[in-house]
Order: sequence, then structure tokens, then C-alpha cells
Amino acid sequence: MKIAIPVEKQNLDAQVAQSFGRAPHFLFYNTKSKESYYLDNTAVADSGGAGIRAAQVVADHGAEALLTPRCGNNAQEVLSGAEVLIYKSIPGTALENIEAFIAEKLVLLDEFHSGMHRHG
Amino acid sequence: MAKKIAVLSGKGGTGKTLLSVNLASVAGDCLYVDCDVEEPNGHLFLKPEQVRKETVCVKIPVVEKALCDGCRNCVKFCKFNAIAFMKDKPYVFEEVCHSCGGCVLVCPQKAIAEKEKPIGEIRRGNSNRIKSHSGIMNVGEVSGVPIIEKLMEAVRKESGTVIIDCPPGSACIVMESIKDADYCLLVAEPTVFGAHNLKMVYELVRLFNKPHGVVLNKCLPGENPAEDFCIKNNVPILGRIPFDKQLGKLSSDALIAADEDERFKTLFSGLLNKIMEEADDETASDSKR
Repeated sequence: MKIAIPVEKQNLDAQVAQSFGRAPHFLFYNTKSKESYYLDNTAVADSGGAGIRAAQVVADHGAEALLTPRCGNNAQEVLSGAEVLIYKSIPGTALENIEAFIAEKLVLLDEFHSGMHRHG
Repeated sequence: MAKKIAVLSGKGGTGKTLLSVNLASVAGDCLYVDCDVEEPNGHLFLKPEQVRKETVCVKIPVVEKALCDGCRNCVKFCKFNAIAFMKDKPYVFEEVCHSCGGCVLVCPQKAIAEKEKPIGEIRRGNSNRIKSHSGIMNVGEVSGVPIIEKLMEAVRKESGTVIIDCPPGSACIVMESIKDADYCLLVAEPTVFGAHNLKMVYELVRLFNKPHGVVLNKCLPGENPAEDFCIKNNVPILGRIPFDKQLGKLSSDALIAADEDERFKTLFSGLLNKIMEEADDETASDSKR
């Protein structure tokens, strides 16, 4: 299964980014083959809609699950449209979260915040 | 000569509406335009009658899914990330859309049309000889610029005096409000904060190359950082409104001070004359350039 995680740096020991849409990078990890790759978040400095763009990238790369501390309404709409499951990440590194996910210790995210765009 | 005067300030509560409605009152025959679409309040003083309402809409893209071949040009084009590609079709996030119309143009299949989405309204009425136009934005909307654009259509057509009551600050919505003005009147409070906010709008009107002057509001004896700013930067001070209990009382009762008290009528008439002279001088010196 292919999973996606917003990360601060491009390695498995990197901390999970606190924001999904504004994360510096995305990690894609295949739980079967244990292969991984990273993408820069091109929407990190966009004036708005970063969550929508981030969700689009995750969906387009065929991830079946996203592990994130938080997620906005718009991103959630795109992800659910693409049938990507959203799990709540635990504080720590990407690798710790991958292990927790495989051990089925993560729960589905059930709170989605409203858009941050154009506030202020 | 008739002039279009924009009244602005770097923050709310400095006295834009106080100044605007009083200037409108002493001008008598004029058009008052309330551009503070998030919280228009000029109508509370002017109490216009026979108010006519006009809805203001923006255009939002609508995808005809049967025509879409999934090329994603619209998704790639949108700088605001307002279009996502879901289940092989584009999906529009209306509240993120800036109504630029670009997606319609780039669609090779002509699969995108536009629908009207109401974002607010304009209320037009009369208060004695004053024509009063107020823009009001719907709660939850993010940009009032299209409402200001609509208000400015009437401002451009008007041959008489116009008083434009601007929104606070120096953002896009203020720029739109002063675009058609012949003269910008900056209102400032006698505090360090007031001087800071004055600087913001001062820089804005300079950027727009608009003739401008300052009215110092809430003046008390003693130091006035806003006044110091004007002297230091050579900005003309057109008038001073005292920090006056009677003036505050009349305003809080939604009364126009110039209509109620001869003292204020004199103050605002003098101010209006001075603004008109300044604006004329500026026009004259402009034509010499």
C-alpha cells in the first residue's frame, strides 16, 4: 500500500510537518516494497489553495492513505473524492509513523479545519 | 469646480465617515459613496430614502462534465488552486476562486461556462440633495473589490462633487476606492499609532500620484505625532477637528454635526472650501507639468 506523509526534511527520520498544505516536502512510501521517494511541495508559498494542491499531488501519485497531523476541509474534499484515507499522525518522525501505521495503531482523522486561505 | 474627494485612513475609527458625511452635508448637492463594504455606516447618518437595491455578482466557473476530456489545462492554469481534478473531472472550489475567467479561456473543449454568484449589493437612495450610494458585502465573502468597481461606475459618470468614504487600511479594496479620485483626504489621530497609520495611506496616495492633504482629528492640546509627521514630510494640513464632547455625542446619536450646530457647520464648510482650493491648485499645477 502506498502512503503519503508531509515531512520537514527528505529522509525517514524527518519530523512529520505540522501542516499538510504548507509542508516543505511529501514522502511517499510503499509498505510492501519499502520503497520511498520525496517531492517538494510546489504550493508551499502559494497565496491560497495550498491544501487543494497538496491533496491533488497525493491523489495523483496514487497514495491510498495520508498520514497527517491536520487537514483542511478543501483538502479533505479532494482526498475523499480520490478515495484516499486520512489518518491522524502521531508526534515524531516519518518512520515512527510508518511503523505505527503498519501496526494499525493510527486512527482516522475525524476533525477537519476550515480554510486558512485569505485570512489576514 | 466639482471634484471627486476620497477620504481614507490607515485604520478604522479615525473619523472617515464623520468627515465624509459632514463634508457631504455642507456640500449639499453631491454624491456620497460608502466604499467600506464590510461595515458601511454612512447611511446611518444620511438616512437615505427611496432606497433601490442592486445585487453585485462575480463569475464562477461551471464545468460541463460531458464535454471535458480531462486535459487538466484549467487545473494547471489556476494560480489560486481553485480547481482540483477529481474522479477524472475538474472540481471548482468556489470560495477559493478569484473570478479571473482564465480557466474558461484555456479549456480547449469549451467545457467551462460561468455562473453568477452574488457577493453583495449596492443601495442607492436620496438624503435631501445628497445622493447616497452604499456598498454592502455578504457575510463570509472575502473580497469587496467587485462591489467597489460597481460603485465606481456611478462615480465616473458623476459631474458634480463626489465624497468617497473609503474602507480602512491600504489594501486592494482601498486602491480601488481611490483610483477615480481627484483628491485624497487623509484622516489621522493624534497618537504614535495614528502617525504610523497615516504613513501607510500617505505612501499609498504617493504611489498613486494623487494630490493629498491631511485632516487631524481628535485634536487635543499637547503633542500630536500625526502633525509632526505632516510637518516633517511637508504634507499639507487642511484642518483640525477638536476632540469635542458635543461632536462625539452628535455622532453617536447618528446625527450630522454640521446640520445640528453652527460651530461645526463653519468648521466643515471651511474645510470643504480649503479642499476644493487645494484640489484646484493641484489640477492647475498638474496641467502646467
